[in-house]
Amino acid sequence: MKPAFRNLSPEAPCVEILWDGAPLQLPNGANLAGALLAAGIGTFRKTPVSGAPRAPYCMMGSCYDCLVTIAGVTRQACQVTVSAGLVVAPAGGSDA
Amino acid sequence: MRDLLILGAGPAGMAAATEAARLGLSATLLDEAEGPGGQIYRAITTGGASRAALLGADYMHGATLAKDLMASPVEQIFTATVWDIAKSAEGVTLTYSRNGQAAQITGKTLLLVTGAIERPVPIPGWTLPGVMTAGAGQILLKASGILPERAVLAGSGPLLYLLAVQMARAGMPPLALVETQSTRDILRAAPLLLPGLRGWRTLLKGLGLLAELRRHGVRRITAATDLAVLGTDHATALRFRAQGRVQEIACATVMLHQGVVPNTQATRALRLDHQWLPRQRAFAPVCDASGATSAPGIYVAGDGSGIAGAKAAADAGRLAALTIAASLGYLTEAARRAQSRAPAARLSAERALRPFLDTAYPVPEAVLRPADGTTVCRCEEITAGQIRNWGRKGAMGPNQLKAFGRPGMGPCQGRSCALTLTELLAETHGSSPAEIGLGRIRPPLKPVTLGELASLHEGDTPL
Repeated sequence: MKPAFRNLSPEAPCVEILWDGAPLQLPNGANLAGALLAAGIGTFRKTPVSGAPRAPYCMMGSCYDCLVTIAGVTRQACQVTVSAGLVVAPAGGSDA
Repeated sequence: MRDLLILGAGPAGMAAATEAARLGLSATLLDEAEGPGGQIYRAITTGGASRAALLGADYMHGATLAKDLMASPVEQIFTATVWDIAKSAEGVTLTYSRNGQAAQITGKTLLLVTGAIERPVPIPGWTLPGVMTAGAGQILLKASGILPERAVLAGSGPLLYLLAVQMARAGMPPLALVETQSTRDILRAAPLLLPGLRGWRTLLKGLGLLAELRRHGVRRITAATDLAVLGTDHATALRFRAQGRVQEIACATVMLHQGVVPNTQATRALRLDHQWLPRQRAFAPVCDASGATSAPGIYVAGDGSGIAGAKAAADAGRLAALTIAASLGYLTEAARRAQSRAPAARLSAERALRPFLDTAYPVPEAVLRPADGTTVCRCEEITAGQIRNWGRKGAMGPNQLKAFGRPGMGPCQGRSCALTLTELLAETHGSSPAEIGLGRIRPPLKPVTLGELASLHEGDTPL
């Protein structure tokens, strides 16, 4: 699927992270949730209740729909900064 | 011990901290973000400033507040997630996590400036990926410099116009604005326009945004009802009824907005007195003109004490700082009164237009009290019908509801559903939201790891 978002200043230097086991180039120092959206990641996790797909909704730390795990700890992607070597996966251990 | 702790570095927090330092107080400012600005001036000292032409002069006003703060001796702790607030004999202690460690900080007084959150917009499909708030759209633009490719903006309120104009300026206008307010709402608000004229600058700005939207040729549909987002794994279209027929606009992103409401998680956790604001259809902590709450030494200011916007928030922050300074003996009562006059006058002018705006852009009934099949608690995936059913079975308030099926008990702790739960119970019991009230908030205010808990040393050792 075509990414739903366009980066207005794509010249920022990128670093490699792992998203769900696959390498991904994201702008260093960027907001992780925004950077994943711009990279075309449409689903961040599946809910533990029904397995429904979710992605960032509020971008301000309020809704908790952008939950991911980073090095095993559940975090809000919208409150995390991109740095080289981050190991990020959908929260809840599902295969989103 | 510090004179003043300030929680939140938006306009109210930045202005209050700067003013407090000018008056000689030792103040510490904490915020979850990486720098000052809050949500309205998000990334004001970093990427946002490079996009001044897109974001406009109002956004750049935040740069002045941030510059003054940076030049002040205020202690600033960013990327700090405050998860407990406790009153003690000496004052108030905040417990927070930062970089995987936890610490405590104590002050004689506390100013809570936690701002606003988007009002929940529970419509069918609002939990699908691709559905975000208009505020999220703004944050993505300010902090990340990204915009959605094929977006529809839907709902009601001036923020939709601002976001649409910013998108158009960037060469990526939204496919359409689907608005829920009608001409009848504008007419109903008209008598409030005259008393609101002291807020004429804001009104002119709004009219300017609408003119700019027309110039860019952005399609606007008003009086839309029955909004629903379509899609199975991702939003694919917005469906609605307007001009007497059901219509669909295919899109990749839907940005929803029905105004913002005070973020009361911290003030409720402290069990401060709250009141129902009927026109804003939201709760806010009870406070006087200086922001003093029902608890001695604890103050509120800005949108967290009732929605009035960024400029009003800065002046409310200054007024609170002046009162706190006087209470601690840094300022005589006469000096406080004299120095409060100018910010109080500006604040009152900024607030003058709110009754008109709240009436002209009302929240639709179907959003306040959605149909039975609509999900209201996003975390626990509970529908409006389940809430009504539990209400009929005897759940009289939001706290009792928790025992029936956990609404408001997921990771967001009710931030996305609390107002809807209250509205639905008020409807079921034929009472008012004021009588039903909001659910109780308990610490931790934000999730905390065992590692962070274990790292906590008691006493005053900022990270």
